[in-house]
Amino acid sequence: MKRREFLKFAGATAGASSLASLAGCASAVPSKARVVVVGGGFGGATAAKYIRLWDPSLDVVLVERESAFTSCPISNLVLAGYSSMQEISHGYDALRRHGVQVVQDEAVAIDAQRRVVRLGRGDDISYERLVVSPGIDFNFGEIQGFEAAMNSGRVLHAWKAGAQTVALRRQLEQMRDGGVYVLSIPLAPYRCPPGPYERASMVAAYFKQAKPRSKVLVLDANPDVTSKGGLFKAAWKDLYPGILEYRGNAKAIGVDPATMTVKLEVEDVRGDVLNVVPPHRAGDIAQKAGLITTNNRWCDVDWRTMESKAAPGIHVLGDATLSAPAMPKSGSMANNHAKIAAAAIVEILGGRTPAPMQILNTCYSFVSQKEAIRVSSVHAWDEKDRTLKTVPGSGGVSAARTEAEGTYAWNWARTIWADSLG
Amino acid sequence: MRFLVLAAAALAAIPATAQELQGRNLAAACSICHGTEGRSATNDSPLIPLAGLPRDHIATQMRAFRDGKRPATVMHQIAKGYSDPQIEALAAWFAAQKR
Ligand code: HEC
Repeated sequence: MKRREFLKFAGATAGASSLASLAGCASAVPSKARVVVVGGGFGGATAAKYIRLWDPSLDVVLVERESAFTSCPISNLVLAGYSSMQEISHGYDALRRHGVQVVQDEAVAIDAQRRVVRLGRGDDISYERLVVSPGIDFNFGEIQGFEAAMNSGRVLHAWKAGAQTVALRRQLEQMRDGGVYVLSIPLAPYRCPPGPYERASMVAAYFKQAKPRSKVLVLDANPDVTSKGGLFKAAWKDLYPGILEYRGNAKAIGVDPATMTVKLEVEDVRGDVLNVVPPHRAGDIAQKAGLITTNNRWCDVDWRTMESKAAPGIHVLGDATLSAPAMPKSGSMANNHAKIAAAAIVEILGGRTPAPMQILNTCYSFVSQKEAIRVSSVHAWDEKDRTLKTVPGSGGVSAARTEAEGTYAWNWARTIWADSLG
Repeated sequence: MRFLVLAAAALAAIPATAQELQGRNLAAACSICHGTEGRSATNDSPLIPLAGLPRDHIATQMRAFRDGKRPATVMHQIAKGYSDPQIEALAAWFAAQKR
């Protein structure tokens, strides 16, 4: 087991070694690097790439558990059969071509005092600056019975794209016509505010086309649709009447896979496919490294540099952060956080003082195979309140759902994949 | 030899002026839709690449979006987040990028 893993690792780095040495890196796991990045999602991959782009004299090691990145954006289209796992999966070879040394392993511990990251296989890498972009993990305990039901494969969250996306698609395909798909949404803040409503729309589109007697039942712990509410509700009314039913203030507190029910505070709801998304928090490594500052869930940062408020020298990105006002947990934001961190790290390691940055969010959501809706915002540093705030007068949502937004949504997806990993 | 390659790359990457640094940092936010350094990610992108477009054209378009003179799906809402000096810095930076 150990040996197999080692051989796998040796093979992976051997392939990259010619390029890595060209960029001035050794081919084995280095014992130190000026910058180490933990996590190769929208945040971590972008940070690694942009640090190399903006200062090629810095050596950057990216530590990532998986051999490829699987995108949450567009994964709802995989559920409907409008996209594929292949389309949403992206390897790390392009980052290697930027001179990033990619190490496939898990970061299991961080010593912020000594500035060392420990890998699963036991090696230590010391750093001058560390970027932690851990994504989310779940507070399974808040939904009684969920973890066991998930481990048995009966009830899925599919809120990290990957094996559960494939398994949920299979459950939807196998469900009888006339069945009920139940989607349970946790209280905000959670990853991708419009994501659950896009997912409900995509499953409804699939049912309309393939199993027209079936139903989508959305149980939202929030009082109302948390993002693009007017646009989603108009789409549901026009496109999926009699198929999609939405209930607010419907917080799941338990699941029972034996009776296939979701337990709410006041009643039990039965379904044929149960898709329950538990509340989340910053990913495990953030917790282990003591980076969580707020409500036992999120990591507060200095929005000029993304540096942790809990540990100097560590920059935290993406969904794991305690969001600034009106800032969603999104792929666009994680990519933009990474650019703040990359610019700051280049300046700091160059002995200069970083300046605050201005960043952009956009989240597209599909409501049918071709039509999408969008929300955008611009976030700038506010010296008085010492955080990023939306620029007055900027941002907003689509005028209506259109195929043009659908075309631009695909452009955004392909472009942000390439900007982060290409 | 390796040293020379690295040194040249490093020299090319460090922005020479404050406006260039400001332009680079502002432009980095645009690349989620317009591509890294304004170069399209795909051959069939529906957007024309910003890299190497004339500076005046970029600045004029941004102001037209901002002032509601050019219809748009998204750029009218984004452009309202940028001041005239920021638009100038963005336009100068994209214009200076290789296509
Ligand atoms: C969410 C995606 C998105 C982001 C982010 C974005 N753009 Fe755009 N851009 C578009 C789209 C789509 C168009 C086509 C017009 C429209 O429908 O809004 C466009 C068009 C443009 C054009 C017109 C090009 C021409 O000559 O026709 C310019 C200039 C431009 N964008 C500049 C920028 C700048 C500068 C930024 C960053 C501050 C930016 N864009 C960020 C999506 C985006």
